[in-house]
Amino acid sequence: MTAERHAVTTTVNGTRYVRRVESRLLLTDFLRHDLGLTGTRVGCEHGVCGACTILYDGEPVRACLMFAAQANGHSVTTVEGLAPERGRLHPLQEAFREAHGLQCGYCTAGILMTMKAFLAERPSPSEDEVREALSGNLCRCTGYQHVVDAVLLAAAKLRGAPA
Amino acid sequence: MKPAPFRYVAAESLAAALALKAEHGDDARFLAGGQSLVPAMNFRLAQPAFVVDINGLSELDYVRAGTAGALRIGALTRNRTLERDALVTERQPLVREAVPHVAHPQIRNRGTLGGNLAHADPASELPAVLLALDGRLRAQSARGERWIAVGEFFRGVFTTALRSDELLAEVELPALPPRAGTCFLEVARRRGDYAMMGVAAVIALGEDGRCTHARLAYCNAGDTPVSAAAARGLVGSRVAEAEIRAAAAAAERELDPPGNVHASKAFQRHLAGVLTRRALQSAVDRAKASR
Repeated sequence: MTAERHAVTTTVNGTRYVRRVESRLLLTDFLRHDLGLTGTRVGCEHGVCGACTILYDGEPVRACLMFAAQANGHSVTTVEGLAPERGRLHPLQEAFREAHGLQCGYCTAGILMTMKAFLAERPSPSEDEVREALSGNLCRCTGYQHVVDAVLLAAAKLRGAPA
Repeated sequence: MKPAPFRYVAAESLAAALALKAEHGDDARFLAGGQSLVPAMNFRLAQPAFVVDINGLSELDYVRAGTAGALRIGALTRNRTLERDALVTERQPLVREAVPHVAHPQIRNRGTLGGNLAHADPASELPAVLLALDGRLRAQSARGERWIAVGEFFRGVFTTALRSDELLAEVELPALPPRAGTCFLEVARRRGDYAMMGVAAVIALGEDGRCTHARLAYCNAGDTPVSAAAARGLVGSRVAEAEIRAAAAAAERELDPPGNVHASKAFQRHLAGVLTRRALQSAVDRAKASR
């Protein structure tokens, strides 16, 4: 079977890309292999682990459960788009560094993207709300406590950050 | 774990999507949120020859008031929308209460009501909610459309009454009776996991405080969402504590859940009894508060 290809024009982290993709190419693999944005991790590939979470038109979704062809005409933000500029970290990233919110780091990109959307909606969450919001992202190293600490610290940083 | 090759078509109109389905039947699958279909394709449990992407069909994405207090929801409505929509909360608080139990925010951002129902996973919450609310479903095909009562829709595990050329286009939920209260409760091992047992309860009270309407429906209790006849015993009663306990005990005896690796049949039954009692009490309290 000759692989059928589709034209995809998509904006990733503010940059417009035009590519041709095979129907079955997953959005995760498109980001990593075609665009070289390897910050988005591939974990379970069936929507359970959350490592591949990206923002799709501003909302967190599993990139492993979308085809690259679907991104045509849509915008994507990956972890590479989080920091405001080279050499500076986003307050979420600073908080994860300061509170030791990661060990191996494999789940971190997905958690950061999930929390970016969550804190935009809930700027002053309780610890319980943070734990619930994290429930769709598996971490096998930390036991979550430092992740929760980091998210609460990030919330405080973001509340105090100049608009 | 990558999907097998397939042809992808982003449908530009509902008519075009239905024509493709009419032509290719079971070889074609509609892609809505993809939160069940794409994992199945990644595992190669599903290998459709055609994937018809309906995400561009905004005419299937709506929540609107129907006649006589009904609520009409387009099949492409995301679960996250149901969670946030003011009309859903006002007219069908049971839906609002159940939706946050459906997986995680990332999944609910993509997953749709129509996809959830058409997937017909008996462990899923929304089929049981639809059953408790006596909803009906509109199937559309190139031949026309038809309405399917919820009791006729779910035929088995992952099996519905939809024909191979049909698209689930809309769900209609009739208005709750006057002085109604509803409650959804489940027990899951972790937030966002499938329920080991879940119950949707609807109670309505007459002017005299006696029960005029009662529904109990369960998820993960069989091959389809399951309703309990035990609810009927409440009609005409004052749904006091003793009557609620009796109905919960009757539901526990009546249900025949399959049991699974996380919860034995006996444990599932026990959960059903406890959850039924709590959900009925909440529904009654809410019905009284709605006066």
